[in-house]
Amino acid sequence: MNLKLKIWRQPNASAPGKMVDYQVSDISGDMSFLEMIDVLNEQLIETDEEPVAFDHDCREGICGMCSMYINGEAHGPDRGVTTCQLHMRKFKDGDTIYIEPFRAKGFPVIKDLVVDRSAFDRIMAAGGFVSVNTSGNTMDANAIPIPKPDADEAFDAATCIGCGACVATCKNSSAMLFVSAKVSQLALLPQGKVEAKQRVLSMVEQMDKEGFGNCSNTGACEVECPKGISLSNIARMNREYLSASITGDK
Amino acid sequence: MSKLNSRIPEGPLAEKWTNHKSHINLVNPANKRLIDIIVVGTGLAGGSAAASLAELGYKVKAFCFQDSPRRAHSIAAQGGINAAKNYQNDGDSTYRLFYDTIKGGDYRSREANVYRLAEVSANIIDQCVAQGVPFAREYGGLLDNRSFGGVQVSRTFYAKGQTGQQLLLGAYSAMSRQIGKGNIQMFNRHEMLELVMVDGKARGIIARNLITGEIERHSAHAVVIASGGYGNVFYLSTNAMGSNVTASWKIHKKGAYFANPCFTQIHPTCIPVSGDHQSKLTLMSESLRNDGRIWVPKKKEDVEAIRSGKLRPRDIKEEDRDYYLERRYPAFGNLVPRDVASRAAKERCDAGYGVNATGEAVFLDFSSAIERYGREKAAVEKIDNPSIEKIRDLGKQVIEAKYGNLFQMYEKIVDDNPYETPMKIYPAVHYTMGGIWVDYNLMTTIPGCYAAGEANFSDHGANRLGASALMQGLADGYFVLPYTIGDYLSNDIRTGKISTDLPEFEEAEKSVRERIDFFMNNKGSKSVDHFHKKLGKIMWNEVGMARNAEGLKKAIDDIRALRDEFWKDVKVPGTANSFNPELEKAGRVADFLELGELMALDALTRNESCGGHFREEFQTEEGEAVRDDAHFTYVAAWEYNGDPGKANLYKEELKYENIELKTRSYK
Ligand code: SF4
Ligand code: FES
Repeated sequence: MNLKLKIWRQPNASAPGKMVDYQVSDISGDMSFLEMIDVLNEQLIETDEEPVAFDHDCREGICGMCSMYINGEAHGPDRGVTTCQLHMRKFKDGDTIYIEPFRAKGFPVIKDLVVDRSAFDRIMAAGGFVSVNTSGNTMDANAIPIPKPDADEAFDAATCIGCGACVATCKNSSAMLFVSAKVSQLALLPQGKVEAKQRVLSMVEQMDKEGFGNCSNTGACEVECPKGISLSNIARMNREYLSASITGDK
Repeated sequence: MSKLNSRIPEGPLAEKWTNHKSHINLVNPANKRLIDIIVVGTGLAGGSAAASLAELGYKVKAFCFQDSPRRAHSIAAQGGINAAKNYQNDGDSTYRLFYDTIKGGDYRSREANVYRLAEVSANIIDQCVAQGVPFAREYGGLLDNRSFGGVQVSRTFYAKGQTGQQLLLGAYSAMSRQIGKGNIQMFNRHEMLELVMVDGKARGIIARNLITGEIERHSAHAVVIASGGYGNVFYLSTNAMGSNVTASWKIHKKGAYFANPCFTQIHPTCIPVSGDHQSKLTLMSESLRNDGRIWVPKKKEDVEAIRSGKLRPRDIKEEDRDYYLERRYPAFGNLVPRDVASRAAKERCDAGYGVNATGEAVFLDFSSAIERYGREKAAVEKIDNPSIEKIRDLGKQVIEAKYGNLFQMYEKIVDDNPYETPMKIYPAVHYTMGGIWVDYNLMTTIPGCYAAGEANFSDHGANRLGASALMQGLADGYFVLPYTIGDYLSNDIRTGKISTDLPEFEEAEKSVRERIDFFMNNKGSKSVDHFHKKLGKIMWNEVGMARNAEGLKKAIDDIRALRDEFWKDVKVPGTANSFNPELEKAGRVADFLELGELMALDALTRNESCGGHFREEFQTEEGEAVRDDAHFTYVAAWEYNGDPGKANLYKEELKYENIELKTRSYK
């Protein structure tokens, strides 16, 4: 198929950006979206233009690095997939595709479609862990049985890939889905329960510092999340947060 | 002169590690604060090492080229992690895990290292659970296990098809905690481009800030390379797009020996190549072989009919199917080790039985498992006389709970529903057993330079067993390196900060700048990918699943020619002082173009078939590998001397004192 592309080009963080038109032809439906961009980039290199910068690494939907805003949706029109897992068969010959970076105050643009998501790392450093050293002599792994439903629920929350689609989708640029996924995972497990209060307070504080907006319960994040992280995590985090702030005991 | 001293501790196998730990030199906590360690790579090995070293009190600088340490490609490991916990009470033990790993590696790994790996494996699970890793559990609340290839016990711990992700996020959490405390300084979007040596010791690195293009000097008392494997030399592999050999290759060129470079793992169950546009291949976890049966049609006419779409796989009658793994290897069936399964698939496809248009695919079929689980579930749910549809429905639910994400991934890529029709799979490059040579302490032949995880060669011999990569990465990073590095660093407590103004730093920086300037000014006519794809084709055709002397010689010539062409004609757009992915790739492909030749040379020198290294000249009439223990029971360690094709070979003889060398049989 032949496609028209309108892509956000921005040389660096401080320069202004704009949408630029491109054309690609002979795109097969079996290509992934990023492979289509590869084709465009080869074309640009050929004609001595600068290729479009974009983030990607695993190209199998697990590293969370790819991050495109395609036709007004984070990771594009398909559900439950990242940009690298989106296939061109979801488009038709002659389509015009709009491609932009994830936009949010907390995610400044580095170049073209590449944004800086290190705010997520800082939120993690504020409390996204269990304070246990790697001594190798912790207790036996089976010493505390964990009810399967709790373990499964913790796992579901833990599958967040830190891509930031939730933030890019949210009209308030809220990072609540991302933060609540980590808070929930650890709060659901006995090992993480111990520091649950301190954790939620520190992570939320850092989240606010990074300039992410408030959650107004619209639920768009859940729809666009490639890993199906559930809104119920946000509800759980709100409960944890409330009880931690009321008791004040960190 | 060879510097190969494996420093294997004295004493009986089972006591070596404990003895070693109790006699090793230590650095006291106050002094650790005066010592800097650089860790390159933040996957399971690098991430866990950085976290553990920082916990011990060292000052750590960690580097990754991705935008966050959490992206490292360990994240994509699917199936699980082995540990000799014997929770299933099926006769597992440290010794059995040790034995399986040595045998699985086709007797080309070091006994002492592998035993240590098996020994610390149980601790890894304890550690990860303590960190909040949500492993799969049974209804009683205890940890669940599954089986992997090449073994007859259930010792694999897992978190659905995302075990690597969960373990890596555990290590990343541990790192994050130390980053928050200021004990790890994290350098995201940085790439190491040179090792700096002072007085014969590793004392720092030159790194490029990938956002600004700045060239930076970083000093330390020791440098740990944990940058993963080099599978991307094949262009198409299951590695991430950015996975590269550059850090390893730089230290190799500065004196670290490269061991067994030809030992690469071709994983049997990947999604087949669909066309020339393809940028990477996707793995379908080995865990699927627990429940999936691999087959091709027995009759050529059925093959034709399937290829042309006249018949569907399910139209082929049971007796007309060739479950070739079950036929050839009845004892292990679909769970033979990866090298064996891959070669068997290639054998069938080469004989003309491949089931897709390119002739390079076999079926991985879940219909028997779906029915078996369906009947079980119907019985548990007390459903009398369930219809076959009901049974299949129930069975699909079980399969979905076990492998849901893998099935979804397959469906998205191939546009085919694997619950209804068998998956099509074919082998693809996945892992590299070879890597930087290290001694028992994981130190390379450069004093103060260490290699951990997939980047080193140490534990998997000529073939790695499934679910052992995660085990090794975490063992190296959490439990081995943090102790053994003290032995070396105890001499450095009075050294003080290493200055980055030393002439050695200046010189290293200069060579990095020169190379970058070369790329920016070359103004060739072909993109980096053009050369990378060509290299990949040479490697896959001649240094892939089956090799022979003639092809390997040809590969060496072709790679040399391609390398010349690359330097003459590569075109790198953009500028050096900005975010420039093409420039990054150019540097990486330049290194692959040298490594590829060394791999071919190593394969040519090893006149035997063992594990992932299959030389067509050395096979039985039934096509089984013929190992030559009399001449090749050694680790081939290569020293760089200016030309990868003329590298010096040193041999570390492998001694088997606790295991008898036997022909590997899975029949
Ligand atoms: S919650 Fe979903 S959308 Fe947000 S970062 Fe995690 S995986 Fe991405
Ligand atoms: S590139 Fe890793 S999730 Fe898309």
